Amino acid sequence: MDRRKSIKALMVGAVSTGILVEACKQEDKPAVAPKEVIAENVADRMPEEIAFNKKLEAEKFFNDAEMATITVLADIIIPKDAVSGSASDAKVSEFIEFIVKDQPEHQTPMRGGLRWLDLQSLKRFEKPFTGLGSGQQLEIVDDIAYPNKATPENKPGVSFFNLMRNLTMSGFYTSEIGVKDIGYIGNRPNQWNGVPDDVLKQYDLSYSEKELKECISFDKS
Amino acid sequence: MGEISIKKQTKKYDAIIVGSGAGGGMAAYVLSKAGFKICLLEAGPMYDPAINSSQMKNPWESPRRGASTKFRPFGDFDGSFWGWNIDGEPYTKKDGTKWDWWRARMVGGRTNHWGRISLRFGPKDFKRRSIDGLGDDWPIAYEDIKPYYDKIDQLIGVFGTNEGLPNDPDGIFLPPPKPRLHELFIKKAATGIGIPVIPSRLSILTKQINKDRGACFFCAQCGRSCKIYGDFSSSSVLVKPALATGNVDLVTSAMVREVLTDKEGLATGVSYVNKEDLQEYEVSGSVVILAASTCESARLLLNSKSPQHPNGLANSSDVVGKYLHDSTGAGMGGVIPALFDRKRYNEDGVGGMHVYTPWWLDNKKLDFPRGYHIEYGGGFDMPLYGFNWGIEESNGKFKVNGKLKEAGGYGASLKEDNRFSFGASVGMAGRGEAVARADNYCEIDPDTVDKYGIPVLRFHVKHSDYEIKQAKHMKETFSEILHHMGAAITWGNDDGPQNNWGLDNPGNVIHEAGTVRMGDDPKTSALNKWSQAHECKNLFNVDGGQFVSQADKNITWTILALSMRASEHIIDEMKKQNLRS
Repeated sequence: MDRRKSIKALMVGAVSTGILVEACKQEDKPAVAPKEVIAENVADRMPEEIAFNKKLEAEKFFNDAEMATITVLADIIIPKDAVSGSASDAKVSEFIEFIVKDQPEHQTPMRGGLRWLDLQSLKRFEKPFTGLGSGQQLEIVDDIAYPNKATPENKPGVSFFNLMRNLTMSGFYTSEIGVKDIGYIGNRPNQWNGVPDDVLKQYDLSYSEKELKECISFDKS
Repeated sequence: MGEISIKKQTKKYDAIIVGSGAGGGMAAYVLSKAGFKICLLEAGPMYDPAINSSQMKNPWESPRRGASTKFRPFGDFDGSFWGWNIDGEPYTKKDGTKWDWWRARMVGGRTNHWGRISLRFGPKDFKRRSIDGLGDDWPIAYEDIKPYYDKIDQLIGVFGTNEGLPNDPDGIFLPPPKPRLHELFIKKAATGIGIPVIPSRLSILTKQINKDRGACFFCAQCGRSCKIYGDFSSSSVLVKPALATGNVDLVTSAMVREVLTDKEGLATGVSYVNKEDLQEYEVSGSVVILAASTCESARLLLNSKSPQHPNGLANSSDVVGKYLHDSTGAGMGGVIPALFDRKRYNEDGVGGMHVYTPWWLDNKKLDFPRGYHIEYGGGFDMPLYGFNWGIEESNGKFKVNGKLKEAGGYGASLKEDNRFSFGASVGMAGRGEAVARADNYCEIDPDTVDKYGIPVLRFHVKHSDYEIKQAKHMKETFSEILHHMGAAITWGNDDGPQNNWGLDNPGNVIHEAGTVRMGDDPKTSALNKWSQAHECKNLFNVDGGQFVSQADKNITWTILALSMRASEHIIDEMKKQNLRS
């Protein structure tokens, strides 16, 4: 199998060995995966894992009101800006629903935190959080989003918001939108040729003669 | 459950090999190429990286975005089936001691996900007792194993550089990749304070070495196993070609119960339960080779009791299970403010570090007896579950685009923080040699069986002052390197005597060895210098069990070399008919 063909086969994104084998054998035909292979894409899973994932997907943890609050909060944490879309564009609330079923230790802090938030909203504005105007929502969020200056009575809200921020970031930056935003440009076939010259120059670094002599180099053209 | 009967295979094999990881894979490779008829037993399912790897999946292709599960403790894309705990296969611990036991259940075992760090032991590593009076010397020297290291360097492929170091021997290396940006920072800082940083030695093909395996295409995902076989996994590099000889019957989902012996005490075969049909089987062979992993092989021997071997097979010395030791481990990390707001480019490289630090000091001048090497990490990693988790602890400490902000926050400002700090992290971990001791051991738990009715292991392992002082030294070193590179330490710097200086639990580094050790004296060792049981000449152990001491080196390359050496010895002895009664 030569490099160009093997990588071409990988780029299809399929996991059937048949595809790799075909790509090696049939030099001129492009490797194409059957649709159902791409859709399923579970050749890397143990049967126990497939069953476990299906079980989690069939369960529902958050009720509709809770999901609505999570969606609003996630978009406050990661809104659309000049660079990229919002948490809801990246379907972060669906990820949070899945991950609390997968990691049940998050369930009580999330459910209790959402209830704490609604009680604050009711006390201050006589409506649950999702019923508030955005100015009122941010008034509450500002009280719990900055751990070092929050008042003691808002500490439960701080803990909840920390968790919510962390889960939202996990959901967003692992989505296609988020990976593009953060600028991760790996996970593709490459030839590592060292740090680009302009970057070396920026940091006043260079490769030693020993490194240049001993390390693998690829034609840059 | 229906009626149980034992199905005995009539075919008699030349060799039965238990386990298909580094040791078992190499034995199957060498013996099958020599024409031996082999039964290769594996407790997990079939696994071929070309078919079964998660390589090149994007984070969003995992519903948990790469978070770990009990099935994959190193994350949803990791190449190891199971890990610290397996449903229905418990293990226990004694006297409040700690032990973490990794078990991969799959063809190729844990070589499908390992770090590919492929270090030869040096001359001193075989003779530690002669140097510091602790533990024992091996019955072999570096010269005995060097020809096998040379052969596996060429058979399997490893990159690195010949540095002429006295205890980190030169090899037959492929060219290494150039250091990444954070690795240049590390190298500059560490070498500036007298700590060497040299190219890594990893079994990854920076150049193609044969037609069956592709060259690395730099996706940094060796831990998922490689679909084009660009790195070493036993499944792809050893088991697959062994199967292609037509001389190997691979039996998957085969959990071996015990080694069977005859009236003379010689091994006749093994019994196993098939995990899928739950039926009991026996296979017979002229030679039995155990490569089930350091602790599973000890468990098998201890569970193989007979009138000829009342204390377990190969265990009249009572050493089986003893001298269990893992690499020591401790880590530290931080951020390099100079790398904030970095220019983006594809920095993946190979799976793992491009540079490392071999042990560089003289223990005679230190308060602990054995050394450690340092592994490095950092840079632009694929975002996965846990990305910037705990940002509220750090984003108030550094100016972002010239402005110091209140910690925590949300909104466009938070998105700015994440972009600003991406790729600026750095981390390091020490991997050191623990001293093997008889009072660190695994044994059969008299009260507990697994779901197949096989008595399980009970562990009793403790760190001594030697390991704790070594961890303290690691922490001081890491702190010094990080400070010299202008990094702010964000984790691993709050350890002290209260937690053994952050020393990982024994077992946690997954380099366990020593339970079936070799030696010249049958009273103090289970195997002779050919990995052959002193008291059962057609029984061999070719995994980490046979190690007398494990050096400050990852043990896989030495498992491979010893297994190749033992296998060639088996071929010679079979020709001479020396392994029969």
